[in-house]
Amino acid sequence: MSPDVIKYLKRTLDDVTKIRRTRLYIPGNNPAMIRNSPLFGADQIIFDLEDGVAVNQKDAARILVRNALKELDFGDTEVTVRINSIDTEFFDDDIREIIPAKPYAIVFPKAEDENQMLEVCDLMLVQEEKSNVPLGTVKLMPIIESAWGILRAEKIAIACDRIIGISPGGEDLTADLGAERTYEGEELLYIRSKLVLAARAAGIQVYDTIFPNVRDVEGLYQQTRKIVRMGFDGKACIHPCQIEPIHRAFMPTEQQIDRAERIVEAYRRALAEGIGVICVDNRMIDVPVVKRSERILKRAEAARKRDM
Amino acid sequence: MNAIRTAQAGSLESQDILITIDPGKKDSGIIIDLDSPSKVQYGKQILEEIESIVTSMDISDVKIKAVDKGALGFTIKARTEVALQRACRKDDE
Repeated sequence: MSPDVIKYLKRTLDDVTKIRRTRLYIPGNNPAMIRNSPLFGADQIIFDLEDGVAVNQKDAARILVRNALKELDFGDTEVTVRINSIDTEFFDDDIREIIPAKPYAIVFPKAEDENQMLEVCDLMLVQEEKSNVPLGTVKLMPIIESAWGILRAEKIAIACDRIIGISPGGEDLTADLGAERTYEGEELLYIRSKLVLAARAAGIQVYDTIFPNVRDVEGLYQQTRKIVRMGFDGKACIHPCQIEPIHRAFMPTEQQIDRAERIVEAYRRALAEGIGVICVDNRMIDVPVVKRSERILKRAEAARKRDM
Repeated sequence: MNAIRTAQAGSLESQDILITIDPGKKDSGIIIDLDSPSKVQYGKQILEEIESIVTSMDISDVKIKAVDKGALGFTIKARTEVALQRACRKDDE
């Protein structure tokens, strides 16, 4: 890729700081769910052309999702599409039909390494050129689903500026590791920690895998609290009923909001007055603390918006 | 391009439409049989949407049975396009 092309692919601050607490999978061959998808209240929708679609309906789902992207109004909800993996016969057709319809991002399953990411990025670029879509319009969100992919996570995260967030694929990863999928999720602890590290080092976001039991609301809430504490920006969900517990788990406490407001205000005042060091509640405040406080306020604001 | 086999796309689920394609005889034109609960209000629009896809794919002789369950335009056009692609596909494709 030439430097001229690379400059088009630059992600914006909004690409990597936007609130994406919930990413709701919608089966790509279901017109009713596609139509109703913006009403569920998720921060992001993922129209699924991969696991959520039977093999003999891949063509139907692809064209249905393409038309939905072109003709429906999804309002404030960010719309992405999970395509089929690059080693399937469906990948080329998915790219050819979906890129011209300009979803916010392609969710790319089975990400293996940085070379594969560059290849995908190039194929997206070629399709954007062919379809008169401004270069770099469609972002990329890889899902890492193998032990090899996890070992290359930090390379995947920085492979291309289209990439704005990464996530683990819990079920495939557990199978690849030969581990048991447990309620506590201890088999994914290292993987989750590694992905947070890789994403933060690359300056992008990181989202957790799905919670498979749609009836276990408390379990979902507790698992989401865990991943919030670990640094995740969001979590994938497979049913609209999972949105509320996830949003609740991401909601900062009144105490956190109050402190964050005071920190951000003190920082602004210090900047304006040229003061180098600031203290809030007898503790020195530096830039990382301000950043964390800004994230807390953004989450609180997102929660308030949904309540209105 | 012309339909060479019978093919279907869509379903009878709510907000979907089931499109069945049969090859038409030469010079028979586009024949559409529509079954829809909202035929009186939207029948003309549904037929136009189906026909627009048929003509955009340059198909002149075809028989289409459409069983509508309240589908929106994006679905009607998608199901018609895919049913026609399936009906026109040669065995080696």
